[in-house]
Amino acid sequence: MQKRLLVKGNEAVAMGAIEAGCRFYFGYPITPQSDIPEYISREFPKVGGTFIQAESEIASINMLLGASACGKRAMTSSSSPGISLKQEGISYMAGSELPGLIVNIARSGPGLGGIDASQSDYFQAVKGGGHGGYHTIVLAPHSVQEMYDLTMLAFDLSDRYRVPAMLLGDSVLGQMKEALIPHPYVAPADLPAKDWAVSGKAGRAQRVVKSLYLGDGELEAHNWKLHRKYQEMRERETRCETAGLDDARLLVTAFGVTARIAKTAIRMAREEGLKVGLLRPITLFPFPDKAFADATARAKRVLCFELNTGQMVEDVRLSVSRDADVFFYGRPPGAGSLPTPEELLAQIRKHYKD
Amino acid sequence: MSSALQQVFAHPVSLKDVQTHFCPGCQHGTIHRLVAEAMDQFGVQDRTIGVASVGCSVFLYGYFDIDVVEAPHGRAPAVATGVKRACPDKFVFTYQGDGDLAAIGTSEIIHAANRGEGMTVFFVNNTTYGMTGGQMAPTTLPSQKTSTSPYGRNVANDGYPIRMAELLAQLEGVAYSARVAVNTPKNVVQAGRVVKQAFETQIQGRGFSFVEVLSACPTNWGMDPLTANARVAEEMIPYFPLATFKDTSAA
Ligand SMILES: Cc1ncc(C[n+]2csc(CCOP(=O)(O)OP(=O)(O)O)c2C)c(N)n1
Ligand code: SF4
Ligand SMILES: [Mg+2]
Repeated sequence: MQKRLLVKGNEAVAMGAIEAGCRFYFGYPITPQSDIPEYISREFPKVGGTFIQAESEIASINMLLGASACGKRAMTSSSSPGISLKQEGISYMAGSELPGLIVNIARSGPGLGGIDASQSDYFQAVKGGGHGGYHTIVLAPHSVQEMYDLTMLAFDLSDRYRVPAMLLGDSVLGQMKEALIPHPYVAPADLPAKDWAVSGKAGRAQRVVKSLYLGDGELEAHNWKLHRKYQEMRERETRCETAGLDDARLLVTAFGVTARIAKTAIRMAREEGLKVGLLRPITLFPFPDKAFADATARAKRVLCFELNTGQMVEDVRLSVSRDADVFFYGRPPGAGSLPTPEELLAQIRKHYKD
Repeated sequence: MSSALQQVFAHPVSLKDVQTHFCPGCQHGTIHRLVAEAMDQFGVQDRTIGVASVGCSVFLYGYFDIDVVEAPHGRAPAVATGVKRACPDKFVFTYQGDGDLAAIGTSEIIHAANRGEGMTVFFVNNTTYGMTGGQMAPTTLPSQKTSTSPYGRNVANDGYPIRMAELLAQLEGVAYSARVAVNTPKNVVQAGRVVKQAFETQIQGRGFSFVEVLSACPTNWGMDPLTANARVAEEMIPYFPLATFKDTSAA
């Protein structure tokens, strides 16, 4: 029988990272993600890992930059205010084409906000976050199992494309306990060698990891190169979960914790005989736009649920077929604002047309 | 007379034979050379990883023939922490200006030093933000005019110049901290010795080593090179004394 464990989402992230061979962690405490550094600080000594509780999120992301420049699998984790502080470093990593995992167990804002589950950081995560017009890979788990699986995938995608990856969770996913079936990490055989990493130039020419390009035309060429990578990811790496698309008259979309509530609401709607389908983006960048285009070639009505006042819905609108109608229901995050399945069911009924 | 000539002065191998972008009379070039000479002497060029900061020394990789990682402004000690932890057997150094290290990067330098990271930091104090056009730095002297202290640094408003080498010497993690200048041949020779001490501190695994170098910035001081050089002795050294503030090997 497969081993099943009852673990917290945050612990699943830490377990997935260790299993995927990550041996460098740099972070700064913040609720609701502190279980990640706590777990890693306990387990890393057993596997020879390096754990540093840095003086700030700014220092953590730059330590990650340094370890990654040496070709090591490395990560940091934080929650929304801390992720804001990391943005300069993420921009430098993007410009320097450095892989690395940044986990955001998002909480509510703006400012100090609160520690409740939130999806208000969607824009920050998928539109670049820092300066300079770059993208990070953004994966959105919706279960403890996915916290584990997508952490591993994030390292692989990040290494493959030399683009920093973000795992975007939230307080509920980080704090809840659920069954996890751990499985061994298998590295993809075709991951490119890190022939750009610094190690001292013995036996080869100098290597430089940098984002500064001052020569005529150099920076434009560099940005085109980054752009081509983002295009390639859009072609090859989108992932989503779908259900009931064959007969759906209304397509419900949501990511992360909201998708869990949406699934319950869809089941209740189906029990009432309403033909409702689900499209849950797993990659938020690259966004599964073709899946939306395909699904809305049939279902002409789309209802987007979010734990904010409307962010992913903008990408949904850009992705659906031209004659599809997109509706939105969301609430800004805060204590007590997590919608109930009944609340979402009422929205499904409101927008459903046979 | 013997026909066997011995070469006593050569271009350091660790330094590329290229023209630099530094202004006439700038002392960044001299400091680069001292670091490169130490690299040659200890034979560590092939296992050195330099971390460049943002300032007039941002082109570190253009001048040193070594592997280099570029850090965001002020963050070099954090980047170097990641590098040194990932590659503990490499020689790892940062090269930072006074705006970079003593203003925006104060937190990173203090904590890297306090953790006793086995890196070496070369800190170039020219009392100004050279690269951005001569604004006031945390090291700008009282009454010194800069583009953002046009009436002279007013300590009542702007506070006092920070003495980083003394400050860091207080921290347990610091194994070596000294201040030197390169304004006279004698001081250049002494600076070279101190740079080598700092290298040795890291190579022997004794902890964090720090060398502050007083440096002229004729361009932003509005002086010709000779006058700027004279200012180092007349105004800087009295406030920033040349000394070794900590050396654990001497204990
Ligand atoms: C986050 C950030 N803020 C400001 C700058 C602009 N900037 C570039 S170099 C510099 C100061 C450089 O002064 P210093 O560190 O003293 O080096 P110097 O040029 O004098 O050698 C500043 C403020 C920047 N690049 N990044
Ligand atoms: S501006 Fe000052 S520090 Fe920068 S290169 Fe010129 S003289 Fe040197
Ligand atoms: Mg300066």
